[in-house]
Amino acid sequence: MILISCPWCGDRDQTEFAYGGDATVQRPAPDDADPTRWFDYVHTRDNPRGSHRELWFHAFGCRQWVEVTRDTATHAVAGAVLAGLRVGEGETP
Amino acid sequence: MTGPFRTPTGGRIDRTRPIAFTFDGRRYTGFQGDTLASALLAAGVKVVGRSFKYHRPRGLVSAGSDEPNALVTVIRDAGRTTPNLVANEVELREGLVAESQNRWPSLAFDVSAVNDLLSPIFVSGFYYKTFMWPKSFWSKVFEPVIRAAAGFGRAPTAADPDGYAQRFVHCDVLVAGGGPAGLAAALAAAESGARVILCDEGPEFGGSLLAEPAATIDSAPAAQWIAATLATLAAHPRVTLLTRTCAFGYYQDNFVALLERVTDHRAAPDPALPRECLWQVRAAQVVIAAGALERPLVFPDNDRPGVMLAGAARAWVNRWGVAAGARAVVYTASDSAYAAAHDLRSAGVEIVRILDLRPDGGPATAVARAAGLTVETGAGIDRVLGSTAVTGVVTARHRADGTTAAGETLACDLVLTSAGWTPSVHLFSQSRGRLRWDAARATFLPGTPHEAARSAGACNGTASLADCLDEGFAAGAAAARDAGHGAVAARRFAATGTAIDIGGFAGEAPHGGNRDRTRAFVDLQHDVTAKDIRLAVREGFRSIEHVKRYTTTGMATDQGKTSNINALAVAAAATGTSLPAVGLTTFRRPYTPVSFGAFAGASRGDLFDPVRRTPAHARATVAGAVFEDVGQWKRALCLPAPGESEGAAVAREVRSVRATVGLFDASTLGKIEVVGPDAATFLDRFYVNALAKLPVGRCRYVVATRDDGFVYDDGIVARLAPDRFHVTTTTGGAARVHALMEDFLQTEWPDLDVWATSITERWAVMAIQGPQARAVLAPLVEGLDLAPEAFPHMSVATCTVAGIPARLFRVSFTGELGFEVNVPADHGAALWDRLAARVAGHGGTLYGTEAMHVLRAEKGYVVVGQDTDGTLTPDDVGLGWAVGRAKADFVGKAGLARPDLAGPGRRQLVGLRVEDPEVVLVEGAQITADPAPPPGTHALGHVTSAYASPNLGRGIALAVVEDGRSRIGTIVHVPMPGGSIAATVVAPVFWDEEGRRLHA
Ligand SMILES: [Zn+2]
Repeated sequence: MILISCPWCGDRDQTEFAYGGDATVQRPAPDDADPTRWFDYVHTRDNPRGSHRELWFHAFGCRQWVEVTRDTATHAVAGAVLAGLRVGEGETP
Repeated sequence: MTGPFRTPTGGRIDRTRPIAFTFDGRRYTGFQGDTLASALLAAGVKVVGRSFKYHRPRGLVSAGSDEPNALVTVIRDAGRTTPNLVANEVELREGLVAESQNRWPSLAFDVSAVNDLLSPIFVSGFYYKTFMWPKSFWSKVFEPVIRAAAGFGRAPTAADPDGYAQRFVHCDVLVAGGGPAGLAAALAAAESGARVILCDEGPEFGGSLLAEPAATIDSAPAAQWIAATLATLAAHPRVTLLTRTCAFGYYQDNFVALLERVTDHRAAPDPALPRECLWQVRAAQVVIAAGALERPLVFPDNDRPGVMLAGAARAWVNRWGVAAGARAVVYTASDSAYAAAHDLRSAGVEIVRILDLRPDGGPATAVARAAGLTVETGAGIDRVLGSTAVTGVVTARHRADGTTAAGETLACDLVLTSAGWTPSVHLFSQSRGRLRWDAARATFLPGTPHEAARSAGACNGTASLADCLDEGFAAGAAAARDAGHGAVAARRFAATGTAIDIGGFAGEAPHGGNRDRTRAFVDLQHDVTAKDIRLAVREGFRSIEHVKRYTTTGMATDQGKTSNINALAVAAAATGTSLPAVGLTTFRRPYTPVSFGAFAGASRGDLFDPVRRTPAHARATVAGAVFEDVGQWKRALCLPAPGESEGAAVAREVRSVRATVGLFDASTLGKIEVVGPDAATFLDRFYVNALAKLPVGRCRYVVATRDDGFVYDDGIVARLAPDRFHVTTTTGGAARVHALMEDFLQTEWPDLDVWATSITERWAVMAIQGPQARAVLAPLVEGLDLAPEAFPHMSVATCTVAGIPARLFRVSFTGELGFEVNVPADHGAALWDRLAARVAGHGGTLYGTEAMHVLRAEKGYVVVGQDTDGTLTPDDVGLGWAVGRAKADFVGKAGLARPDLAGPGRRQLVGLRVEDPEVVLVEGAQITADPAPPPGTHALGHVTSAYASPNLGRGIALAVVEDGRSRIGTIVHVPMPGGSIAATVVAPVFWDEEGRRLHA
């Protein structure tokens, strides 16, 4: 069971989190008219071996989405940061 | 004395405390401190089980948890029956009842032993080969017979009444294994001040020292050193000592699972104690001190009862005071067995001969000869005599040219064997540590660790007692230091004791027999012989993982602890490669079997899943409600009057809502309060509907899709204030909708200032539906005019209802005039009381979810997850009107723009009408164009909802059908086992198509 260091809560067991998928996928801008970019965003996912940025939802904790860098081959977690919220404002817990 | 094989003195048993027990119905007596295995051995019981495939009689081989043969079922009562326990791990207690397994009708006379004569058909892959034809014979004849005859223990027949605990703990240093290395490691870590957990699978700490009373540590007898060390550890407040606790699973990030057997060894367990405790340990550092396992030599008929590991015989005589026989032949490829020979001779066992496979023996050979033992080097065993017990062996002499000459016959009742020791790298390998091949000693050893783990002692290939102690202490100190604790002064131990001999031999030992015929067993528990493995290789299996699966070697409950290295060596010889080139099979968790109860813990019965009840649950119970499970919720399905059937109750409830009025507990609806300056913007983007301009005081029916464009949930969005919305979801969708909201708020639109809060449990919701709804409700309402023009359909307001602050919605899921009253949950029951009384006064009814379903189906209202299946767009289910296509963005906009989601061939929601009003179609039934579709016919769709409609006096159905809306008026067919049912495709609204009643 991997250990995820939630930026709000500290080290917590994987069982407190729900996996939320690839964090590198960017939702296209609303006015992006290119259907292939939208198709890729909705349906296309890489399955990389090695370091991977992914979203985890701390469902049984702070209920925040965190972005975890995890090695898919070894499960080693390199770190976790807040996914989006308030990061831009320079506010960290 | 407790049996003919008990030594007069010695052992760690308490000879003042005899214990009575039964095995296969016969009464025996042992001593406190005995295991079932040692007590049976003392009583002269040779046969303890029958083998898996051939039903050959089998005896004890090992004194530890690696024992392959002696699997027993221990029975306290019908619910406390535990199969597949290793007899060595069953501690004797007063009144213990144990039975052997895998025999019918008895161990002595076993009908299936005929399998032994049929052995040619039980070769490698026999399951795949022998019973392929005729096909029907497999399920009817072969499989039931084989499964009944071959197999391990049987599951208990009653529910397990015992409790199982789970503990979650953190520590600085976990030491797995309480032998000399583990004890020294724990000592060092404890001295540094670290939080330490030391566990061992046995009932007492000491490991190999318990079987070697002559060993000394720092000039004291081993037992004294163990006692002093344990006293020191126990005095440290930060040290936890766990016996009877096996570290069975090593997981990511130093998460190690331990199973503690708490009460099995007690005659009358305290009912307050759990039977077992699953410790889930997160350790900063782990010291693995798992010891080593002795390998048996593989030779013809090496499975006869009385052939056992030398170290096991030594343990039985030294630790339990049991001499396993009277006349022993020792067959060894290592020095280790010599120690057993000496100790058994001291206990009065005649050592007939030591046969040493090594051409010149080893260092121990000369010592043994000097002590008067007869040693023959370059010799082995050609075959074993006797069937239910060893009566003798025929020796073999190995010549320098590799040929073997027949030797002589030696009478004996015991054969001790040792091919050497295998370091127990199971935990290290489970932790994804890399093993390395030590060519000099021909063994796999821990290499580069993946986790913060160290191996120490025999499991690390360390042989002598002093070295094990030194290495253990150093590992404990280093682990504590790496966990952030202070340095501990290095310590060296002076010790005398037997060093384990790791090298030796692996594979099938040389002998003069025909190797294609004789059966030299590699895996005793799964009855796999050396020739089975060679056959698999001949048939083309090269990968050791394939050989393992084809022969099933190493796949029994012992996971091949005593057999894997021998199996690899046999495969290596057959493929003409080396053992490291063959490689290892995966070491799987758990190390030893773990009961389901331990994994389940408290998650049983009522605690398996939370039960959610609405605030008015008790009221509904009193009213006679029949409840159904909807997710974790208990919902009233219907509320039958005394003597009324459920079907009659539903019909009455449905009619009553249409005719007068009904009261429905809708508290389970998911509710989310969405608040903030950007709340309207957020909801406008989250739902397909245009919501930005929703006026305060108004509600809207909303549909949620994900970006794929498929319907995900539906509900109501009500605007209470410019920056405050009360959002409802489906009962089952509440959590995932809230999570999806948080997903978008946190990852896609963090610039929006919005808070989404789950308020499902904060509000009780009572729905009043029917023509009399306003008359029932109005006298209770203060602060609000309920007149149609003042409070039209899809309005929302705050007011008081029956004196309770309320959020009142005018909404309907029945097609009738309807209101939903939301009050704080604590007032839910009180509101129910007031409303129920008024509904009754108006001749109305209480109704449940089944009536709700019929009412909504009569109106063609969809239930997400019943009429939709994750592949339907809003337009597919007739909700295209809800989509705000002019919006710049919403979740699902791009997905819905995909041409194939708007093109022809989409499955669309329609109604189905069957001519015969009595016919109610079956939900899930397929729909075809052909009334007699041949197999493989493409289905046009399926029935999603079907009910008998009391208001229409006929069956009604909703369905999704390809291009359904353009098929309205045409006939489709619903093939059923009794024949196809023709149905006319109709619009999916069966009641009040104009919606007049809704707006009354
Ligand atoms: Zn958290």
